[in-house]
Amino acid sequence: MAVTTPPAEANQRTSRLTGVRRAFAPVAEARGMTRTMLWIGAGITLAFVLIALLAPVIAPYDFDTFQANGKRFPQLAPPSRDHLMGTNVQSTDVLSRVIWGTQTELKVVIVSLIISIGVGVPLGLFSGYFGGKLDRILVLIMDALLVFPFLLLAIVIAFLLADKVGQGILTAAIAITVVYIPLYFRVVRNHTISIREEPFVEAARALGAKPMTIIRKYVFFNVVQNVPPLATLNAADAILTLAALGFLGYGIQPTEGAEWGYDVNRAVSDAASGIWWTGLFPGLAIVLLVTGLTLLGEGLSETVNPVLRKRPVAPVDLEATRSIEIEEQ
Amino acid sequence: MASKGTSLRKYALVRLALVIPMLFILLTMVFLLMRVAPGDPISAALGGHAPQSQIDEIKAQLGYDEPIWKQYFQYLGQIARGNLGTTITDRRPVTDVVRENGAATLELTFYAMLVALIVGVTFGLLAGRFRDTWIDGTGRLFGIVIYAMPVFFLGLMAQLFFGSYLGWLPTSDRASPIVEATMETHTGLFTVDSLINGDWDAFVDSVKHLILPAVTLGLVTAGVFIRLIRVNVIRTMKDDYIEAARARGIDERSVVYQHAFRNALVPVITVVGLTVALLLSGAVLTETTFNWPGIGKTLVVYLQNRDYAAVQGLIVVFALVVVVASLVIDFVNAYIDPRIRY
Repeated sequence: MAVTTPPAEANQRTSRLTGVRRAFAPVAEARGMTRTMLWIGAGITLAFVLIALLAPVIAPYDFDTFQANGKRFPQLAPPSRDHLMGTNVQSTDVLSRVIWGTQTELKVVIVSLIISIGVGVPLGLFSGYFGGKLDRILVLIMDALLVFPFLLLAIVIAFLLADKVGQGILTAAIAITVVYIPLYFRVVRNHTISIREEPFVEAARALGAKPMTIIRKYVFFNVVQNVPPLATLNAADAILTLAALGFLGYGIQPTEGAEWGYDVNRAVSDAASGIWWTGLFPGLAIVLLVTGLTLLGEGLSETVNPVLRKRPVAPVDLEATRSIEIEEQ
Repeated sequence: MASKGTSLRKYALVRLALVIPMLFILLTMVFLLMRVAPGDPISAALGGHAPQSQIDEIKAQLGYDEPIWKQYFQYLGQIARGNLGTTITDRRPVTDVVRENGAATLELTFYAMLVALIVGVTFGLLAGRFRDTWIDGTGRLFGIVIYAMPVFFLGLMAQLFFGSYLGWLPTSDRASPIVEATMETHTGLFTVDSLINGDWDAFVDSVKHLILPAVTLGLVTAGVFIRLIRVNVIRTMKDDYIEAARARGIDERSVVYQHAFRNALVPVITVVGLTVALLLSGAVLTETTFNWPGIGKTLVVYLQNRDYAAVQGLIVVFALVVVVASLVIDFVNAYIDPRIRY
């Protein structure tokens, strides 16, 4: 029992499976309100995913259809049997735009999550494990990015990319990504630093395991547990950011797809005349989807970590980061 | 006491010194983003149809024809001297834009923060105190829903209900046109200026205009406070000294109110600092929704006109505000909590 032997190659598959099972065990064990939150959140999120996938089937019209059978839809018509959520100033069907909007939001969020996890997690792992000068520089840059108001950063990126890449899903996703990479970096890096000093990692090092092997086999699985709750909460945040970008005119080109934030912006001018349906429904869609994702994320983070110690935004975390940095100096 | 004083001063100095690299990185980042990114900001701002000679002339005026490293040092030097550049589209110094529109943003964010603190602290403490009861459930649900609510959507709904439907409150601008035109400005804050002028009607008018935007932005920000304070109360209630207080036979009420709440509220100062960034982002959206003539709305206009110089200058302003806010918060924290020292 003196030294933990690293698992032989043959055992790798089973050990990985138990790792996965162990990671999911808290979800099954969740009780009380956490469990309720988890399931309600999962339900709402799933419902939106289904709506996005089935949009071509369930949406009555295309997102930019303003006429049927050669007859133009009425402008700003209140909800009726023909148009369950009414029509907007361009005579398009609000219900259809809300449904197609689901697809846009999820596309952007998925692309941005993949990029930000794909960049943030490896950077955090290497930076945390190897330390040194590169780590210092990365921490400084990421901290500077974190200090900056998220939305403003996203706006600036979208503003700059609008000329080069054009306004679209990719531009929006990149703008959002830049905002979230530092979050993953910070959480993964700080966790890696604490894992690096654990006896089992030291044992592996003593046995002559290469750094890459240690990172892959020992550090990664311990650190990666933090990612799903963070990713879910980020997805919620990303939707809000996208909607805000859309509201300010930097989201998706109106010709490319329906976007909820853009629709709410167009509805502001309707509000003065008491027209509520053009803004209410896309707005509610945002609130509902973000609520679902938040409930799911909060539930996950509370199950993975009942003491609430490693919340990315909790002030205690900042103190911890600072003390780690001071210790290093 | 003397040693406390010196160590606090030392902390303040070290902290101040640490601001410099942070500022430097932020400014460099803004420069890299705005200037090194390929593209032609000048022709973009002039609408893309300006003759080449005019473009060259403005480029030379702004120093955009110099090599990039030279531009970088010019840019840093200008900022150090308090010059934030001149907008391309309407040739205004950015500092003037800040002076003219800053007060509106300050007024909006100040009252929004007030609303956020009152709502956030109350709900957060209650939710944390009565963990896993219906109060906690309601508080958390409110926290989550309000977090999920884009500030512009909440603003739109408020406009629809209190503006169009009930007709109680105005939904745009800082004051009625007459009040705005006749207001004698001292601070630029309408609620303060009207009182200084002794003009009660103007005061009521500006408060009426302020209510919807400030409450909207405040409620959205309150979500952050609720979540964090709740967590803090729960964590504090588990601490040893709470146990110790209970063991000494102090009754539960004063354990909670005197010991737990007070300590749970200390981090709120830090959170206030963190929310400054959030408030600024929120202000951009709120000002756009309520046609509130602050820096945020001005920024959006310059963004639409593709005025790189104006966007750059205003972004620097936002960065400076955030850095200064975090500095102030750290000083306050260090003053309150003697454990925070280098």
